[in-house]
Amino acid sequence: MKIVVCIKQVPDTTEIKINPTTGTLIRDGVPSIINPDDKAGLELALSIKDKFNAHITVITMGPAQAEDVLREAYAMGVDRAILLTDRKFAGADTLATSHALAGALRRLEFDLLITGRQAIDGDTAQVGPQIAEHLDLPQVSYLEHLDFDGKNTFTVKRRVEDGYEMLQVDGPCVVTVLSGAYKPRYMTVSGIVGAYEKEVEFWGFEQIDVVESKLGLKGSPTRVHKAFSRGVKAPGELYEVDTNEAAGIIISKLKEKFII
Amino acid sequence: MDFSLSKTETLFLQMIREFADKEVKPLAAEVDEEERFPVETVEKMAKLGIMGIPVPVEYGGAGGNNVLYSMAVEELSAACATTGVIVSAHTSLCAAPILEFGNKEQKAKYLPKLASGEWLGAFGLTEPNAGTDASSQQTIAVEDGDNYILNGSKIFITNAEYGHVYIIFAMTDKSKGVKGISAFIVEKDFPGFSVGKKEKKMGIRGSATCELIMENCVVPKANLLGKISEGFSIAMKTLDGGRIGIAAQALGIAQGAINETVKYVKERKQFGKPISAFQNTQFQLADMQTRVVASRLLVRQAAFKKDKGQNYSTEAAMAKLYAAETAMEVTNKAIQMHGGYGYTREYPVERMFRDAKITEIYEGTSEVQRMVISSALLK
Ligand SMILES: Cc1cc2nc3c(=O)[nH]c(=O)nc-3n(C[C@H](O)[C@H](O)[C@H](O)COP(=O)(O)OP(=O)(O)OC[C@H]3O[C@@H](n4cnc5c(N)ncnc54)[C@H](O)[C@@H]3O)c2cc1C
Repeated sequence: MKIVVCIKQVPDTTEIKINPTTGTLIRDGVPSIINPDDKAGLELALSIKDKFNAHITVITMGPAQAEDVLREAYAMGVDRAILLTDRKFAGADTLATSHALAGALRRLEFDLLITGRQAIDGDTAQVGPQIAEHLDLPQVSYLEHLDFDGKNTFTVKRRVEDGYEMLQVDGPCVVTVLSGAYKPRYMTVSGIVGAYEKEVEFWGFEQIDVVESKLGLKGSPTRVHKAFSRGVKAPGELYEVDTNEAAGIIISKLKEKFII
Repeated sequence: MDFSLSKTETLFLQMIREFADKEVKPLAAEVDEEERFPVETVEKMAKLGIMGIPVPVEYGGAGGNNVLYSMAVEELSAACATTGVIVSAHTSLCAAPILEFGNKEQKAKYLPKLASGEWLGAFGLTEPNAGTDASSQQTIAVEDGDNYILNGSKIFITNAEYGHVYIIFAMTDKSKGVKGISAFIVEKDFPGFSVGKKEKKMGIRGSATCELIMENCVVPKANLLGKISEGFSIAMKTLDGGRIGIAAQALGIAQGAINETVKYVKERKQFGKPISAFQNTQFQLADMQTRVVASRLLVRQAAFKKDKGQNYSTEAAMAKLYAAETAMEVTNKAIQMHGGYGYTREYPVERMFRDAKITEIYEGTSEVQRMVISSALLK
C-alpha cells in the first residue's frame, strides 16, 4: 500500500493582508504552517499506515523554505518527502501548479493520492481535482471519512451541500479532504529529533514528466484583475443582559431587518 | 556564540506549545482544585515521547537532549506546574540516574519502560529528619544473601502514589556517615514496600506527594545503583540535573503568569482606559519579562553544558535559584495587576502564585543553591 499526500505551506492567518499595489499576499512576519485541509489529509494517511503499514510520501511545490512543512510531516511519521522547486514553476496558478504536481506524480507509484480540499491562502479547491484529471484517475472530493478494506477498495463519505454521499472507489484514486475530517496527531519527540536527519528530495523540472509550456507563469491562464481587503465591518452593538432579554433583543433585531 | 534556536528546537517548541495549550492548560484549574493527578495527560505525553526526551533511542527514549527537555518542562509548567513537575521528577530524578549510574542490565531493564512512560519514576531521598541535611539518612539497608533488606521511611516524594520505580537512598554503613549511603532501584511491587499518607499542599496540588514506607523491604543486590557507598554522590549529582528541571518549571510558571497578565491588563479598564495604559503597569511588566528572559538564559546555559558533558553544577544552582525567586516575584506582581480578581480562582494567576513557592524549596532550597554557588566561588 502506497500513499502520496500533497501538502502546501501557507501563512498562518485568517486575516490575510494583501499588498494593494501588486495584489499579492504579504507573507513577511506571518508564521507558516501546513495547510489545515492538507494536515487532515496527512492524518488520514497516517491512520491508514497505523493499521495497514502503508508507505507514505509527502510532496509539496514551493520555495526552498517549504522544506519546513516536509520536516514537520517527517516528525508526524511519513516515510519520504519531496520538494518540487524550480524557477520554471514560479508564478504558477492552480492549473500550472497541478500540471507540475501531476508531472511529479507520474514518477511515483501510489494506490491513494490525498490532497486537501483547498488551501487557506487561495481557497480555490481546484488543484486536487485538476491533478486527478491530468492523471486520468477517479476522484472523490470533500472527503469526510474513508474506510479502507485492506485490499484496494475505499469506502468514502463525501460531504455535499445538503447531506453526504457514500461512494466506493478502487485505487489508484484521488481524494480531497476537509480539515474537520481528521484531527491531526502531534509530532512525536523522536520524530522531531530525527526530522532534520532525514532526506528531503529536491525535484526540479528535469525530474518530472510534463511539458515546460504548461508550467509557471507561462502555463497560467489566470490573471488577477484586482485584489482588495474587505472593508471593516461596523462594530455592532453590545448588550450586557441576561439570556432571556438577549433572546428578545435578537428576535426584534432580526424582525427589524426582515430576516425572520 | 549563537543564541538562536536550531530548526529542531523550533519544531519541538511548536509541538510542545500546541500540546500544552490544547491538552494541558484546559485541565490545570481542575487538577489543582480537585488535587487530581492527571493520569490521562501522562498517557498522552507517553505516546508522544515526552516521558523520555533525553533518553537515548537505544533505551527506548526520544534521543533528544536536556535543552529540549528543559523547554518541555517550561512549556508544560506555563500551562500547569503539576504536569511540569511530574515530567521533571520522572525524567531527572529517576530515568537520569539510571542512565548515568546504572549498569547494562539495569539500563536495559528500566529505561525502556520509563522512557516510554509505561512506568512512572520517583526519587526518595528526603526523610522526616533528613531534609536539607540529606546525609542524616535513617533508612537502613542490610545485606541478606542475594538481597538487601531496607527499613525506614521517606517523606514528600513526588509521583509516589503513581510511581512504579523509585531511586531510594539508605545507609549501608552507618559508621561511615555520608560515605555509608547507597542508592537502590526499588520497584513498587517489591515485598515490604508501600506508599503512605498523601500530603495536602499549597501548590502543585495535582502531583501526588506521599510518604514511602519500607518495612523489611526486599531489594535484590542486582538493584544496587552504582557502587556501594556511592549513594550520596549519586544523590547530589542527580539533584544537579534535577535543578535544571525545577528551574525550567519555575521559568514556565513565571512566563505563564506574564502571558495571563498581558491579556488581562489590555482588557481591564479603569479611569476610562485599559490598565495597560498606566506607566506603572508597563514598567512592572518590563521588569517581569526581563527577569524571565534572564532566567531562561540561565536554564538553557545549564542544560547546554550538561548536554556537552561539561560541569554544570553551579550553573544549574544559579538557574534554579534565580528562576524560582523570579517565579515568586512575577506571580506576586501578576496578582497585584489583576487586583481583587487575581486573588480569586477565576483567574489562573492565583494558582500560579501558589505553585511558584515550591520551586524555592524542593531539590535544594534557595539557601542550598546559595551554598553551592558561593562554595564554588570561594573554594
Ligand atoms: C511538594 C514537595 C515535593 C517534594 N518532592 C521530593 C522528592 O520527590 N524526593 C525527595 O527526596 N524529596 C522531595 N521533597 C523534599 C524537599 O526536597 C525538602 O523539603 C527540602 O530539601 C527541604 O528539606 P526540609 O523540608 O526538611 O527543610 P529543612 O531542611 O528543615 O529546612 C528548613 C529551612 O532551614 C534552612 N536551612 C536548613 N539547613 C540550613 C543551613 N545549613 N544553612 C542555612 N539554612 C538552612 C532551609 O533552607 C529552609 O529554609 C519534596 C518536598 C515538597 C514540599
